[in-house]
Order: sequence, then structure tokens, then C-alpha cells
Amino acid sequence: MGEVLWGARVSLALEIRGLSKSFGGLPATSDVSLAVETGERRLIIGPNGAGKTTLFNLITGDLRADAGSIRLFGEEAVRLRTDQRVHRGLARTFQIITLFPHDTLAHNVVLSLLGLAPSRWNALRPLAARRDLYQRAREVLATVGLAAIAERPLAQVSYGEKRRVEIAMALAQRPKLLLLDEPLAGLSKEERQTLQGLLAAIPRDITVVMIEHDMDTALSYAERITLLHYGKIIVEGSRAEVVAHPRTREIYLGA
Amino acid sequence: MNRTALAVAVAALAALPFVAGDYYINLASQILIAALFALSLNLLVGYGGLTSLGHAAYMGVSAYISGWLFLKLGLGHLLAAPLALAGTTLMAALFGLVALRASGISFLMITLALGQVLWGLAFRWVSVTNGDNGLSGLTRPMPFGIDLSGATAFYFFTLIVSAASTACIAALAYSAFGAVLRGTRDQPRRMLALGHNVWLVRYLTFVSAGFWAAVSGLLYVYYHKFIHPQALGLTNSAEVLLMVIAGGSGTLVGPVAGAAIVVLLKNYVSAYVERWTMLLGFVFLAIVLFMPDGLVPGLRRLWVKFFGARA
Repeated sequence: MGEVLWGARVSLALEIRGLSKSFGGLPATSDVSLAVETGERRLIIGPNGAGKTTLFNLITGDLRADAGSIRLFGEEAVRLRTDQRVHRGLARTFQIITLFPHDTLAHNVVLSLLGLAPSRWNALRPLAARRDLYQRAREVLATVGLAAIAERPLAQVSYGEKRRVEIAMALAQRPKLLLLDEPLAGLSKEERQTLQGLLAAIPRDITVVMIEHDMDTALSYAERITLLHYGKIIVEGSRAEVVAHPRTREIYLGA
Repeated sequence: MNRTALAVAVAALAALPFVAGDYYINLASQILIAALFALSLNLLVGYGGLTSLGHAAYMGVSAYISGWLFLKLGLGHLLAAPLALAGTTLMAALFGLVALRASGISFLMITLALGQVLWGLAFRWVSVTNGDNGLSGLTRPMPFGIDLSGATAFYFFTLIVSAASTACIAALAYSAFGAVLRGTRDQPRRMLALGHNVWLVRYLTFVSAGFWAAVSGLLYVYYHKFIHPQALGLTNSAEVLLMVIAGGSGTLVGPVAGAAIVVLLKNYVSAYVERWTMLLGFVFLAIVLFMPDGLVPGLRRLWVKFFGARA
């Protein structure tokens, strides 16, 4: 499939070829090849343990691949450290919230803004005096509807609001490729709708790859879908193709 | 700590020599030196979440280099001091490469091992270190021709150096780098995903912790005019770690309070009680049991509990 895209000369945000990773002899990702065009909305589905999060961790560099290639925006990235890949334009959210509970929402976003700012090495100037950074953090929080509680400690906000902070922190970096790991998990119906609106508002120049179990929401968002099972790609194609595919029904939809 | 409290503390420290005798002035100098030593370790332990059990290495090596350059090469303090700081910082830069291959308990074990290597070296490499006899016959510097042999003059010298060093450490703690460092302590994986080079942040912290420990090492050797392998040993490393943890790691006041407790117990109580180390143990046991995050955060919590919101 990658070959076809190579020939078609489309601009790819992410191109994976022959990617494999095993844990103690147990393959979590085996020979995965995947190409995501710039601006695309891609959904990754699969049963629990299919290797979806492992795939994300390989793309970000949290895990080292045993074999294969990962090209980010045309550049081979498989040997880059996670932070280097982030500086190339990659951002992600985590399935399990790993934010800074004792700090304010604004400070959480500031840590994200600092991730790409050279001033993160400044060990003399008080951070509290960086009004520009906190102002920018409040602007980012406003885009996810959290400006009013920007000064509240993260531990004091609801789960749904934390999810939105996660997305705000990722968007604050103006990434080119955004990986969302189950952004809707554990949310109420109203919260899900809010988040759906936020996802729909993500600018088109940001490519989005999303893992999600909530098929109602995810299907309406995704343009192309990849079905993973036991670390292998079983089906890939447009929304209609994948949903109609017998293997999808057998493995995932359970119909 | 707010500005008023800081001003009161500085005024009290500056006024001390006018109300206290030489014994207490010297005790205060020792506390200031230990406080700077503890603050340097706190960069790693408190802000970086990297518990080191070999921090005495940097204090000791700085003191040894300074003493050795003075005794064997006859260098003046003006040259020996920057060379000792540079040499120790270079050593921290090398040790950091080894120790930061790990974190958590492995990091602790590596720092312990590196520290013990130096301690053994100080004992055995007699031609350089004079072995168990230590290096004696050292002098105090005379900055701008001021004689520091008296207790008061040396106290003010120590106060100025440690206050300036503390200001630098405080600036780091409140800076963007300090915020990033705390982030790498709490959520290293998240910080990586935000584009922070976690290893480099830790490495730079490791090296600066070594540098500030070297500054305290110079004050230490000037105060005692003598250096013995014990200064490099595990006991000294454990003692400074206790100062940080008991006082309250990750705060600026905590390690200072911890240093004061240890030095006072050591000097004062040991005059009355032979088993003063046992008493020290009980004090730490009580702190760990009743204020697990340290004395300063614990007292702050009690204050809020009894007097409402922070005054």
C-alpha cells in the first residue's frame, strides 16, 4: 500500500514501514506499514491488546522499534529521541492522564509551551515574570473553553476538564501531527459532545491519528480507518470500506 | 517565604555576631556551610527527584583540591579556589554521565559507589592526600586583605558567600528551568512528550549540584583548615541527605532548617549526651513518622491547621 502512495507523490505526515516490536518474544506490533497523508483524520481501532497504544509509543519514541522505519514529515525518525520527534512537529495525548496535579491549568500549559521554547533553559529569570507565556497559556485554554478556571490547580477540576487540558497542551505546541490516545474514554455524554466539538475544530493543517473505542463519535470523525489485531493490520481503508469489511465485523464490531 | 520573613532572617543573621560569643558565631558558620551543602543536594533530591547518596564527594574533592594546590604547589587561594571549583565541576560532569544512566534506587547505588571510590582513594593515595592523617596546615584566604582568622570575620565571609549562592539556587528553583526540572521529577515521560530533553535537564542539574557542593567544600576547608577522608565518606553523604529530607526536600527553607538541626545536635547535644547519634536517629524517626514530607512543610501545615490560611 505504501508503494502506491510513493508513486502518487502525496505529502505524507507519517509513513511507517515494516515496523515490529516484541515484548519477551510476544509480538505487540508485527510488520506494520501505514501511511497517513497530511491533514488526514485517521482512526486506529482494534480489540484490547491489539497493539494500538504500542504503535503510538513506537511513533513517539517512548518505545524503541525492533525493526522497521518511521518517517515523520518525510524524515526518518526511528533513531530520534522522543523530544527530538516532538521538536519536528509531533504531539500526543495519553490514555491515562499524566498531568501535574498540584499546578494550575495555566502552569500545565506553560510546561507544554516551554517544551519548544529556548527559554526553557533559562535558570535565572523567574518563570512567574513570564507574563507572555501565561497569557499565551490562557489563550490556549480559552480555545478548549477552560479560560475561566485557568488559575485553578489541576487536581480540583473534573475528569472531563482534565481531558480538555490534555488536548490544550498538545495543541499549544501547534503540532503538525497529533496522536490522540482514546480522548473520549470515561467521559459523560455531554462531555463527549464538548470534546467532539473541539476535535472537529482542530485546524486542517494538523494531521490527526486517533485511537478510540467510542465508534459513534470516532466513525463520524475519521476519514480512513486502520483495524489492528494482534499487532497486525487486518483491514485498512475508507470509513465505509472498513465498516463493511467482514473481518471488521468478526474481530471488532462483534456482529 | 515572603519578603518580610526574608528581611528578618537576613537582619538576624547579620546581627548575630554582635550579640553572641565566638562559640555560637562559629556554630552559625558551620550551619551556614552545611545549609549550602544541603541546598546543593536539594537541587537533585528535592527538585529533580534524584536521591544521591554520594554528595559528600563534591564537597570533599573541592576541599582536597584546594588544600593540595596550597600545600603541594604553593598556590594562593585566589588561584586555588577557582581551580578547585572547576576541577570538582568537571568531576561532576564525568560522574553525571555514569550516574544518570539510571534513576531511582540504581541512581542512588551508583552515586554511593562513586563516592566510596573517592573515599577509598583519599585513604589510600597517601602521596597526594596524606591518607588517614589528612591535609593539615592550611590557611584561610584573605579577600581584599581582610583577615578571616577571627570568628566574626569568617562568619561574615561565609554569610556573604552562602547568601549569594543561595540566591543563585533560589533563582534556579523559581526559573523556567526549575519548573521544567520539577516536571521531570513528577512526570518524566510526559515531559519527554512535551519536547523536554529529560536527560539533559537532569545532567545540568547534577553538574550544578556538584558545583554548589564544591563552593560549600571550599568554605568547609577554610573553616576547619584541615581536610580528612571522612569528609568524603558515606556518613557525610548520609548526613546531608538527612538534612534535606528531614527539613523538607523541594523547598528552600527545608534543607537550611535540616542543616541547623543536625549541626546543633552534633555540637550541642554531644557535650551532654554521649550517644548523640542515637538522639539524632530519634529526631529523624519522629520527623519521618509525623511529618513525612519534612519539618518545614509539616510545620507549615500545622500553622494552617491552627491559625487558618497562611499569614
